[in-house]
Amino acid sequence: MITLENVTKIFESPSGAITAVDHVSFEVPEGEICILLGPSGCGKTTTMKMVNRLIEKTGGKIFVDGKDIDDYDPVTLRRTMGYVIQQIGLFPNMTVEENIMVVPRLVGTPDAKARKRAAELLGMVALDPGIFLKRFPRELSGGQQQRVGVARALAADPPVLIMDEPFGAIDPINRETIQDEFLKMQANLKKTIMFVSHDIDEAVKMGDRIAIFREGRLEQYDRPDTVLAHPTNSFVREFVGGDRTLKRLRLVRVGDAMHPGAPYVFPEDRIGDAVARMHEYGHRSIVVLNREDMTPTGLIRLAEVEEARGSCGEHAMRLPGRVHVDADLRRAVSEMFTQDTTWLACVDSDGRFKGHITQRAITHLLGETYRHPNEGVVPDTRRQRGEAVLEPETGPIPGAPA
Amino acid sequence: METVSFIVQNIDVIVELAVEHLSIVAVAVGLAVLTGVPIGIAITQNRQVADTVLYVAAMVMTIPSIALFGLMIPILSLVGQGIGYVPAVIAVLLYSQLPIIRNTYTAINNVDPALREAARGMGMRPLQRLWRVEIPLAVPVIMAGVRVAVVINIGVTAIAAYIGAGGLGTLISRGISQTDDRQLIAGALAVSLLAIIADYGLLALQKKLTPRGLQV
Amino acid sequence: MGMAVPRSVWMWVLVVGAFALGAWAQSAGLIADILWRWEDIVFLARQHMQLVAISGGLAILVGVPLGILLSRPAMRRMAETLMQGLNVGTTIPTLAVLALSMTFLGIGTVPAIFALWIASLLPIVRNTYIGILEVPAALREAAQGMGMTNLQMLWRVELPNALWVIFAGIRTALAINVGTVPLAFLIGGGGLGELIFTGIALAETGMMLAGAIPTAILAVLTDFLVATVARFTVPRGVNPLAR
Repeated sequence: MITLENVTKIFESPSGAITAVDHVSFEVPEGEICILLGPSGCGKTTTMKMVNRLIEKTGGKIFVDGKDIDDYDPVTLRRTMGYVIQQIGLFPNMTVEENIMVVPRLVGTPDAKARKRAAELLGMVALDPGIFLKRFPRELSGGQQQRVGVARALAADPPVLIMDEPFGAIDPINRETIQDEFLKMQANLKKTIMFVSHDIDEAVKMGDRIAIFREGRLEQYDRPDTVLAHPTNSFVREFVGGDRTLKRLRLVRVGDAMHPGAPYVFPEDRIGDAVARMHEYGHRSIVVLNREDMTPTGLIRLAEVEEARGSCGEHAMRLPGRVHVDADLRRAVSEMFTQDTTWLACVDSDGRFKGHITQRAITHLLGETYRHPNEGVVPDTRRQRGEAVLEPETGPIPGAPA
Repeated sequence: METVSFIVQNIDVIVELAVEHLSIVAVAVGLAVLTGVPIGIAITQNRQVADTVLYVAAMVMTIPSIALFGLMIPILSLVGQGIGYVPAVIAVLLYSQLPIIRNTYTAINNVDPALREAARGMGMRPLQRLWRVEIPLAVPVIMAGVRVAVVINIGVTAIAAYIGAGGLGTLISRGISQTDDRQLIAGALAVSLLAIIADYGLLALQKKLTPRGLQV
Repeated sequence: MGMAVPRSVWMWVLVVGAFALGAWAQSAGLIADILWRWEDIVFLARQHMQLVAISGGLAILVGVPLGILLSRPAMRRMAETLMQGLNVGTTIPTLAVLALSMTFLGIGTVPAIFALWIASLLPIVRNTYIGILEVPAALREAAQGMGMTNLQMLWRVELPNALWVIFAGIRTALAINVGTVPLAFLIGGGGLGELIFTGIALAETGMMLAGAIPTAILAVLTDFLVATVARFTVPRGVNPLAR
């Protein structure tokens, strides 16, 4: 846990004193990623660097796990925190292995143990130790270097990580991959992380909490969804962007907006059964599944089969689209727009039908927070998969093309 | 004090020697530009040739000047020019090759590929590209090489006094052999001053020759 | 690649050239003349290399620490002024340095070594200073952020990454040094310059070559030695020659 209390930084400059950070107080809970976000010169980097005392604060207190950082010698303090910077800063004179072993060696870890740890960490950041341990930084691509940078920061197993735009210098495609890998790692490691970024999309994706800075002041400190749904002032509203509600789509999994008990039929079933089931559920269409592996193969529309005869297989039409239950809602909406449809079949990793998701369910879910502003915040479900938050489907039949 | 009055009294001699000194350097470095720049441009066409040429030039550079003079005496004696002006000019010419060739080569090689691409895209032929894009961009760097060559060779020319080439080294050599501190100091100061002035003068010229768009 | 000339061709040109030169020298009786002076050559060459070793060694021993000291943040402002002075100093011809050394210290080995030391000190100080200064700020920040003390940062990050540039300075310094050593004879420092200058004065080609050829060979060898040491000392990750 990192606690900041009234932290202030005043720089002396020839043109007078400049307040870079102005009475900032907030707390990063144990095991969470807190993104410090804001335009350049807003004080986010200064705030971060005061935590490992690369910059000494002018006033206020900072506690890490309840201990005042001023009670430590800065050098000792820094060895207890992992540090990752945008320029990566791998030491070119050392191999990848030696780079990772820097802090363990500084704190006197036996070489053999540090070596073993280096190999382990390299595996953790998805680089083959057999290939990369003995390489030099100049022999690595940018993405590989940044992976090593992360491994190096984790070498002494510090409870706290400080990251200064760690993925900022990597091309967009690799950045997504590394971010995903990092989140996966963090799910196991549960480090307390302070992470500086200027990219709202990265903040929404990576952050458990977001701290938005402007001119040295902390403007808002909340969960990503709250920041997007309820910006506290016009600055935050403008900073998160006019499409902020669309950004919220990233925060919810398909599985959490999905209607799980959706009806289905098999191709061998008689068409009358399908019609009966649609009437029973009040739906205008129904999914056809393959009996062997339960994968959705097609769909039947009520309007076209009410008077028909034969098996369901004969009347099945092409399924407009499907989406993975673990994908985020942005993916689902994008798929709906691509297929020009208002609903999608949801499948798991084996392609098995799990339920369906409708546009209406999505808007309903996102709108929840506006109807009950004080309680109805969408839980960040990427890491805490709870019960489905969807109310029972009422009103018009979902999935019906308007 | 003695030295000061010596300098004042003999200022015309000193100036004359300085002019002689400079003329050796100027002629030789001038010739070196005429040979070094084309060589530097030519070797950009082939990496292996470039490596070899630069290696040989660097090797020449490591040979102490007095040893080079010594090595040239028997050879140049065959044409009756063992000592004096000619070996001095040849030595300076040789010592100037490395900085000039290397700087030309590096400068042309370092021209941003995007500029070369743009020039090609606009329909410039290779020679036009060289004249209008690569050389103008390389001039400041080539000038830096010339400057280094001049400064080094003011020192080399001073030593050339020992093979009878004249110049300010004469004062030093006479000062040493006659243990005359006045000549010694006058010579040493004059040649140092000459080097420093040449260095600053050429730096100014280098800045002037830098296209305005490249100046910082 | 029409004009690619294989290295072996160059080697042949060199070998044939050397043979031609040797044949000519033989016919002129120069080789016998040079070999006749073998003992002198060995004695003077040893003296020559002693001058290089002592003055060059002292220049490294003083120059590198001085460069490091100047690169410390506390010295930054003073260092800039001093570097400007050093830059002017490097333009002063070595003969002038020797001459000035003689006017203050007289003749003999000590003023010779002092002059050689001064002449080779400057490039070493300058390159050490610049080499350390040019270590990317990101490396320094990373090192500091990981909890290195200033001394650890110097040893593990700054010096290894500046080493190539420092060696370049040492190489330049020793090249200047070796090139100036023959002149040391002029102020009574001894060395192979004795054969060269006396040979020139007496118009004795054999004696002059007996000095000039070994001087040139020693210079090339010294340069090669420094380059080799640099090649094997500088960490592989920052060594342009090790791939």
